Amino acid sequence: MPDSFFTHAPEWRWWIVFYFFIGGIAGGAFALAALLRLFGQPGDRPISRLGYYIAFPGSIISGILLILDLKRPERFWHMLIQSETFRPAFKWWSPISVGSWGLLAFGFFSFLAFVGALAEIGWLPRGLSGLIQGRLGVAVNVLGGLSGFFLAGYTGVLLSTTNRPLWSDTVWLGLLFLVSGFSTGAALLLLLSWRSNTPTIRWLKELDTWTLMLELVVLVILLASVGMAVLRPVLFNAWGVLLLVGVVLVGILVPIALHFRPVLGRLTVPSAAVLVLVGGFILRVVMLLSSEAV
Amino acid sequence: MAEPMGFFTDTSVCIGCKACEVACKAWNQLPARNGGKVQLSGISYDNTVELNGIQWRHVKFIEDFTPDRSTERWLMMSDVCKHCVQAACLEVCPTGAIIRTEFDTVVIQQNVCNGCRSCIAACPFGVIEINPETNTAMKCTLCYDRLQAGMVPACAQACPTQSIQFGPISELRQRAQQRLEQLHAAGVMQARLYGHDESILGGLNAFYLLLDEPGKYGLPANPQLPSRNLAPSAALSAAGAVALGLLGLVGLRKQRMDRLAAEERGQGEGSHAG
Ligand code: SF4
Ligand code: SF4
Repeated sequence: MPDSFFTHAPEWRWWIVFYFFIGGIAGGAFALAALLRLFGQPGDRPISRLGYYIAFPGSIISGILLILDLKRPERFWHMLIQSETFRPAFKWWSPISVGSWGLLAFGFFSFLAFVGALAEIGWLPRGLSGLIQGRLGVAVNVLGGLSGFFLAGYTGVLLSTTNRPLWSDTVWLGLLFLVSGFSTGAALLLLLSWRSNTPTIRWLKELDTWTLMLELVVLVILLASVGMAVLRPVLFNAWGVLLLVGVVLVGILVPIALHFRPVLGRLTVPSAAVLVLVGGFILRVVMLLSSEAV
Repeated sequence: MAEPMGFFTDTSVCIGCKACEVACKAWNQLPARNGGKVQLSGISYDNTVELNGIQWRHVKFIEDFTPDRSTERWLMMSDVCKHCVQAACLEVCPTGAIIRTEFDTVVIQQNVCNGCRSCIAACPFGVIEINPETNTAMKCTLCYDRLQAGMVPACAQACPTQSIQFGPISELRQRAQQRLEQLHAAGVMQARLYGHDESILGGLNAFYLLLDEPGKYGLPANPQLPSRNLAPSAALSAAGAVALGLLGLVGLRKQRMDRLAAEERGQGEGSHAG
């Protein structure tokens, strides 16, 4: 038996599945919004604002889900502050510790961008739009975009930094979750804005297709890196079927095909986006729960 | 720091009496399973099945019978937290709840743990679980309270065959070596020590004399620290972030080129004001 099978399951289940999914979308959406702000045109602004609208609520929901998952939720602040000494609690080699700070940082920058976006459309005093424009805007977007990428990817690194079957038997999970966070973030942006046919939308569609291809490649490498001794007990069962059908077929191959052959007419883009989101969710379900089931 | 202290568990003399399990539960005031109702597991004489938040010692019963019954033997082993010198649980704990004591043992501070459970996924031996009464992670403390009072841990004191021996690590290692030589001289060539030197996680402060391969006892052959995966995973993810960013930039550049080309052709579609 591989060494990872002598361990106990941490019982990270549905709260964490949803956190990985929503955190990935939030991080991906902000990263995309930041790319548009920093390197795009004025015409890209509506979509980048949409990214900020997704990111900040996503960060709040993420925090709530993480707290709910704790067995002692009232002690959630022990992640950030040492309860005995009241000094900051930070261990760079513990992904949960780094991740707590990363989520906090992401929440902070996405809040600033959220406020800035509301100011840009006139719901808040115009002066606040400086949060996403000009020099300050560059800083918010760069730091927020980096923390968005971090949020999307560290969850996979966290799983690999254990001794559990599947998770610790590969080092590719972080990259896989990062790419999936990016593609699901793009998919949600597309789903919310598909009626407009702007160059931004075309950019997003193109980018999502490339990202899905990359995701497929990473998934294949990941499975190859795990090795048969682990794959057989963990994924040669209903979980593996779900991975093939739900993620590879529904979440990756069909959306790519729809991109090149828009057979559903006007509904092609939203349909593909929904499928990408479904696939991204199932990816988190399979990667977490198949190992938990061992 | 006091001298490193620990357990040497000699499985060759264990008789499976479970005195250690009972003594541990009594001293640490750990609840019974299933409200104390008798619950048979169907696994040999083992009805506690695993180490977890309310069972910090667990006697394993391994019925080692070949199918034709030409060789048959019982292996018994009192399992416990290994108090690893390089402890995976301590490494990942984000709250700092898990500490190393002056006796070089590993203890979870119950007032700090918030039940994130990363230590459970990290421990290579499946030692830790949540105690459902406190909702915190629990495991053997190597009787930290008794050690501070100069007493022997409850399990070691209760063990009638001295299968569980407590003492300074350096002394235990010598004793283990002698016992191993004795067994080898008696022809028990399969006997071996597990965790007695630095090769496993820098040394296990609760180490074993086994009568067969570690796998047979449910012990990993080559346990490792979770952090072995940290740098490569993080590096791959960072590379991925760069790749995705570049992918986005290439697209944006293409978009701008298209727009400029369109403007040059005087069609002026490109200025999608927002
Ligand atoms: S055996 Fe597990 S719980 Fe005990 S110190 Fe080692 S890693 Fe921690
Ligand atoms: S469950 Fe408690 S002891 Fe274990 S890693 Fe989390 S905070 Fe630390």
